[in-house]
Amino acid sequence: MLRRDRWRLIIVALVVIAALVSVFPIKGRINLGLDLKGGAHIVLMAKGTEANPLTEDSIDRLLAVLRNRVDQYGVSEPVIQREGRDRVIVDLPGVEDPEAALELIGKTALLEFRGVINATPAVPPGPQRPNYDSDEEYNRAYERWTAAKSEIEDLKADLLEQSETEAGTMVARDDEGRYYLLGSPYVTGKDLEDAKTDYDNLGRPMVTLAFNNEGAKLFDKATSINIGKQIAIVLDGVVVSAPVVQERISGGNAQITGTFSPSEAQRLSIMLRAGALPVAVEVLENRSVGPTLGADSIKQGLRAGLIGALLVVLFMLIYYHLLGIAADLALLVSLLLVFAGLISLKATLTLPGIAGIILTIGMAVDGNILIYERVREEYNSGKTPYASVDAGFRKALTTILDANITTLIASAVLYYFGSGPVRGFAVTLSIGIVSSVFCAVLVTRVLLQVLMSGSKVPFLTRKA
Amino acid sequence: MFRVKSLNLDFMKYRRQALLLSLLLLLLSIGLLMFRGLNLGIDFAGGNLMQVEFASAVEVSQVRACLAEIGQDQAVIQAYSENGVIIRLKVEDEAARKEALMVLRERFPGLELLRFEKVGPVVGQQLRKEAFVAVSLALLGILLYITVRFQFRFAIVSVLALLHDSLITLGLFSLTGREISLTFIAAILTIVGYSLNDTIVVLDRVRENSKHVKQWGILKLMNVSLNQTLSRTINTSLTTFLPVLVFFLLGGPVLANFSLALLAGILVGTYSSIYIAASLLSEWYLRNPVK
Repeated sequence: MLRRDRWRLIIVALVVIAALVSVFPIKGRINLGLDLKGGAHIVLMAKGTEANPLTEDSIDRLLAVLRNRVDQYGVSEPVIQREGRDRVIVDLPGVEDPEAALELIGKTALLEFRGVINATPAVPPGPQRPNYDSDEEYNRAYERWTAAKSEIEDLKADLLEQSETEAGTMVARDDEGRYYLLGSPYVTGKDLEDAKTDYDNLGRPMVTLAFNNEGAKLFDKATSINIGKQIAIVLDGVVVSAPVVQERISGGNAQITGTFSPSEAQRLSIMLRAGALPVAVEVLENRSVGPTLGADSIKQGLRAGLIGALLVVLFMLIYYHLLGIAADLALLVSLLLVFAGLISLKATLTLPGIAGIILTIGMAVDGNILIYERVREEYNSGKTPYASVDAGFRKALTTILDANITTLIASAVLYYFGSGPVRGFAVTLSIGIVSSVFCAVLVTRVLLQVLMSGSKVPFLTRKA
Repeated sequence: MFRVKSLNLDFMKYRRQALLLSLLLLLLSIGLLMFRGLNLGIDFAGGNLMQVEFASAVEVSQVRACLAEIGQDQAVIQAYSENGVIIRLKVEDEAARKEALMVLRERFPGLELLRFEKVGPVVGQQLRKEAFVAVSLALLGILLYITVRFQFRFAIVSVLALLHDSLITLGLFSLTGREISLTFIAAILTIVGYSLNDTIVVLDRVRENSKHVKQWGILKLMNVSLNQTLSRTINTSLTTFLPVLVFFLLGGPVLANFSLALLAGILVGTYSSIYIAASLLSEWYLRNPVK
């Protein structure tokens, strides 16, 4: 190798060493996107009402409550950030049950205790055909059922009419289809001090509440005037249960029982502890991936990448022989640089990002192909091997740059506009383009110089 | 090495036929896009998506019957393996998704929910607008770059070539009714970049050889340039095509449409970089021989 060419070797060696140091050991160093590690990405829109308009303050409180809920649910490294005027992005990486997480985030969790003024009967379960001997009997049962249903609808209309004339009252439904006319709230979730999950003596999950002083007083008063009557426990406008008050409760403790599963009870107690959302939210967008699919995606992506790379390596070996080895080594370095780039830029690897790397494998050897084809032409025109390699690299360089900068423009635009997974694709594609240009232009050249200085250039044969 | 002898194919002899073929394909694609349209996924149209896996093999018709019971007979159900399906509900209501999941769980115990997505109509509209802006900006940037580095004519034919590639890919997706999602836009932009990469290598050679244009004439100039870059064009297309093909076959259902778009784009892009850009330039030069 010529002395004046040594600087290339030094640069390449330094870059490769730096990349190796930053990449190994690779475990845990790459940020995985939600689509690979599993988790939920939720975009919420805060919805103000006339009575409760959106203000800077209510959005701030909304973020605080959401943060509180997520922390209590036990998510590591959540992202909760405001976007624009009324939107909130919640990223919950690694949650085992994204459905439960969505419930936890999207519910207002406004708890109210209201007196029951009037109620309709529950809607009986609809008739099932197998329970009847003949179609006739079934049809009669079905008619009875629809009659009962419409009767309840009529009663509901009456309740709605009443509630319009009396201020502070509302009509709410329960799980069994009963409608209640409820008085104005005695106590709300604001006056809670704590909420815990517990089990009643039949082993059913329930939520136990502890009121603060103010709440305890209000609850005491409410129970004392309602002995023998029902008090409804209303959550976000739906009646959870409406127990009959047996005695006055003055200790400031209460229980909510209902048809909960243990995890539902746990979520409810978290939401009650963290408090109700100050404004209602609507889920605009939700993308959730369970942990198994993420792991599968990584496995499939890795396998496809390895096989793809192997095919390219073989192709280069078969088509370019010894020069192919240089290209294959350069490809390896280029992949190493992609991972080093991902790690040092703290970029997030997503599934489309893996696709970007796979695309890079193919495009990385493009530089080599351009150079080799050029070297061949130069050699065929009668130059010496050294001169051909020199001229080949020089002439191919501008082509390589022009061809890659346009792809870089496209992927920069993609990065700017894309979000989440698509952005991940733009990142790996851009890093891939830069590193494969580096490898084609510098790494391959150094490798060729080393190869050529050691032998009498056996890999170029003139065209017959 | 270098056993492949330099070829000397007369590409330009068939330039008119090639342009005609491309024109036909383009008209067909535009017709498909206008009259058949694209199967917009929930990213753009809004709605609910669930990817579920059953404990044992299940027929799509069984799933459809089950969803029809709760009035979701509009749902699009696509099987990607023996016991895995992707279900798209046209409604974006969370309650509807839960109800659908509940009846499925009842009917097929052991069902596992792998992924679910919901996109509201507001977001869908916004994404559509952003995708449009992104594609336009990318085209503009590329047009500018090529004008600066080469010349305006080259920029026009390259942009025509990449429009050709992306429109035909879109046409293919309209024809097959495959779903267009957000990642599809990423695929189209990548095709744009790739198609250009190919075209530029050819044009670069045309620029280099252009000093011979008086002596050779435009058609020979194009033929020589195309032949000189031919083995590179084919080799690069192969090395790009192979890994993406493997990813399409083994990469799982989430990105199957994305890799299919890339595959189509690579094929059409290879053809167009040989034929479209060079043929258009020749025809243009023959009619109006400025430089």
